[in-house]
Amino acid sequence: MIAIVDYGMGNLRSVQKGFEKVGYTAVITGDPNMVMDADAIVLPGVGAFRDCMKNLEKAGLIDPIKEFINRGKPFLGICLGLQLLFTESEEFGIHKGLDIIKGRVVRFPDNLNTTRLIKIPHMGWNSVKIKKRVSIFEGIPDDAYFYFVHSYYVVPTDGDVIAMTTNYGVEFTSAIASDNLFAVQFHPEKSQELGLQILKIFGEITK
Amino acid sequence: MLAKRIIPCLDVKDGRVVKGVNFLNLKDAGDPVEVAETYEREGADELTFLDITASHEKRDIIIDVVYRAAERVFMPLTVGGGIRTLEDIRALLKAGADKISINTAAVKDSMFVKRASEMFGSQCIVVSIDAKEVVEINLSNISNKSSDQKQWEIYTHGGRRPTGIDAVEWAERMEDYGAGEILLTSMDRDGTKEGYDVELTRRISESVGIPVIASGGAGSIEHLYDGLTKGKADAVLAASIFHYREYTIREVKEYLRERKIIVRM
Repeated sequence: MIAIVDYGMGNLRSVQKGFEKVGYTAVITGDPNMVMDADAIVLPGVGAFRDCMKNLEKAGLIDPIKEFINRGKPFLGICLGLQLLFTESEEFGIHKGLDIIKGRVVRFPDNLNTTRLIKIPHMGWNSVKIKKRVSIFEGIPDDAYFYFVHSYYVVPTDGDVIAMTTNYGVEFTSAIASDNLFAVQFHPEKSQELGLQILKIFGEITK
Repeated sequence: MLAKRIIPCLDVKDGRVVKGVNFLNLKDAGDPVEVAETYEREGADELTFLDITASHEKRDIIIDVVYRAAERVFMPLTVGGGIRTLEDIRALLKAGADKISINTAAVKDSMFVKRASEMFGSQCIVVSIDAKEVVEINLSNISNKSSDQKQWEIYTHGGRRPTGIDAVEWAERMEDYGAGEILLTSMDRDGTKEGYDVELTRRISESVGIPVIASGGAGSIEHLYDGLTKGKADAVLAASIFHYREYTIREVKEYLRERKIIVRM
């Protein structure tokens, strides 16, 4: 069973529908025990980093998620679900993350914005460069487009985790992969065929 | 590179697509979900549902449309029209909408935009602006700004009520209040097929740091190009040229790509 972690942030139904479309059942749950017992978990999330961490804590989900990942079970983070894995974020002051991946979450540089060439949030379809071939991203070509909407991006300390990068004024990390831990800055559930393909392969890994 | 977005807009009344729709091979051309699926197949980057149902009591109908659409299409969905409360927003997001577009309610109470973006995140709050060029006689109604430059005034209630608010100032203020995007409609051009008001679009786009969607007046493929280039819009929205099958989304994208605009094919 795939569990989509519900902690009051984000459009979980789209993720669930995405899995259904490619033949997998996913349950939406905020119950720490169900999360622990799942075969795989998906951590979505929109909104502010600080609020997301607060809600995870309130729901008693921080330790279960960490434990789940430590056991090497399949994990997929989406958007803020990628950022939350990192050591800390600078969104609205410095806030501690799950610290599973060493590194920081930073804002797109404002100085890029003075000429209004770069709009924040980074919103829309942007292309990826493949940095590392991993199972879950199989069949995704260089320059494939995915749907993004975010104002902050992750900077891993160890570049080995980087699976994809994307250019938006700066070249930033748009996907990471490390064993069974996967996370993407874009929204696979909103990225039509190629996005659904990622969900499908994640489902296959889970079996 | 970030691609420019092509966004078809569906006007929905009482759960049905309005404007005569000449879709071929559709069982039910009035069903917004079926039309949405067609646009997705053609490569639309997003979809916007504009609910023009008059009665607020019938809000459940658009919620149901969004709910069904979110089961069948996997791209961003924006919903606008008659959004008044945080509860309206919550219900639509829960049904599967990604972005909610707010117009009249923002003018009535600009703090509504602030509360909404704090509660749901800027990424899902679109402020929709209906703007009309100010002819000189009305200039005295409009706050400050030197008069050698063109000005635009915003209207509410589907373009029926003038507000005396300057469109550029309003867009800047909405950005400050946490709007994640501006959907900008020229009332002078809407329905004319004469093209977007590119001057208005450029002024707003250069004044804010958030994405701007051009709307109102697209009647040809060149107009979409002009909106993105001269108008400096991040996305273009059109209803009738797609509804009436004057162009498919694919044709539009091929045209733009030939002219060096980055689009997702």
